[in-house]
Amino acid sequence: MAAASEPHASPFSAAELEFLAEDEMIEIVPNLRMDPLNFISGDFGPFRPQIATQVPLWLAVALKKRGKCTIRAPEWMSVDKLAQVLESERDSEKFQPLPFHYVEISRLLFDYAREDIPDIYMVRSLIEDIKDVRFHKIGTGLEIISKERTYALRLKNLSAMEANIVRPFITRALETFYKLSSSEMIQDSDHVPNRQAQPTNRGPRLLEYLLLLIFSGN
Amino acid sequence: MDSGAGESSAADDYESLMSTTDAELLKSAWRNEKAAPEILKFDADLVQRSRQQIQLMEEMVDEFGKNGVDPLTVSLYQMDLDRTMFLLRSYLRTRLQKIEKYVFHIQKTAEVWNRLSRQEQKFARRCAGDIKHHLEQSVLTKLPDQYQSHLRQSAASEDDDMVPEPQLDAYVVCRSKRYLGAFQLDDGSEEPVNIEADDLYALPYKSIKPLVESKQIDLV
Repeated sequence: MAAASEPHASPFSAAELEFLAEDEMIEIVPNLRMDPLNFISGDFGPFRPQIATQVPLWLAVALKKRGKCTIRAPEWMSVDKLAQVLESERDSEKFQPLPFHYVEISRLLFDYAREDIPDIYMVRSLIEDIKDVRFHKIGTGLEIISKERTYALRLKNLSAMEANIVRPFITRALETFYKLSSSEMIQDSDHVPNRQAQPTNRGPRLLEYLLLLIFSGN
Repeated sequence: MDSGAGESSAADDYESLMSTTDAELLKSAWRNEKAAPEILKFDADLVQRSRQQIQLMEEMVDEFGKNGVDPLTVSLYQMDLDRTMFLLRSYLRTRLQKIEKYVFHIQKTAEVWNRLSRQEQKFARRCAGDIKHHLEQSVLTKLPDQYQSHLRQSAASEDDDMVPEPQLDAYVVCRSKRYLGAFQLDDGSEEPVNIEADDLYALPYKSIKPLVESKQIDLV
């Protein structure tokens, strides 16, 4: 099973994230005629040839595999839009708004709908670049937080896959800060000085080790 | 917060509740359960309704098979069925894993015990009994008298310190559907955190526990 039983690893495996992403809606152009489908997850259809309709991604991929439709690439996946996003990612310190599951969606479309995406090689390389820039930003952002005591972190515009990858690090780091800061608060003034030296040393080492983990696992 | 804003948010709540399908509810219950460090309340209604829908679906698929409906349609229905079953099973499986991990704590704490379903309680009782029996047989009876409890380190301990408890301090990544305004973490010495809609935050689970229970925040 894809379940992660180790408590410190992420509760969600990549396969489970993909499962969640597969519920996102996407437009397809069917080439068959089919009555409406009444699923537990919702009602879709009716399907008429050459008439575009919205379906969840898993359904689109299933139909595509059987050659029953073509998938229309989502509008954020055009070369222009992505080039724009890449520019702004490089220029700004913040994260650009991207669909929450952009990694999973683009991966699924590359695998199954290759001919439906215009300029697929360009799109693929742009998305890879965007991913790299964002990971780099995560790394530098995390270096900053290690210098102060942080209780909460705001991760604006982070996508699902990215959040899942840094989750173990962030939760451990923040928990350590939390524990150390609350124990410092009850420490008396006549404590041995070298005890106090430990907390500040732990922070950067933990950070470097786990940053390494992120970049090597990429 | 004045009464005007309160009323409109109540209307929003009602609408958002009505428009959420069971599939969505099951998905978010699954996500929350997976990400939370402790076991959450068992949503008996949701599970019951999901099981009914799954059963209906299974019967429908069988009928399709008999009536010779287009195999493509049948396989699509089967896929949807499989997806829903996976969600339900994984939800139950995650809960069972948590029960196994914290079984003695759950047995001791009435509030947590009440979050389990009937079958889960039965399972927990058997599980606790088995573990206790195993520990006693393999180790505890061979230790000197004061160390024989499976719940305490020694008879001199004040509480049951051999019982693992879920880490409520653990940080979780979460997202709120609405703007929640200045939110005070429970340290008292920190400034409140502004929680905006649809942004991800890493917060200690303890601080947002009541919000998760009232479904205003989703764990991611």
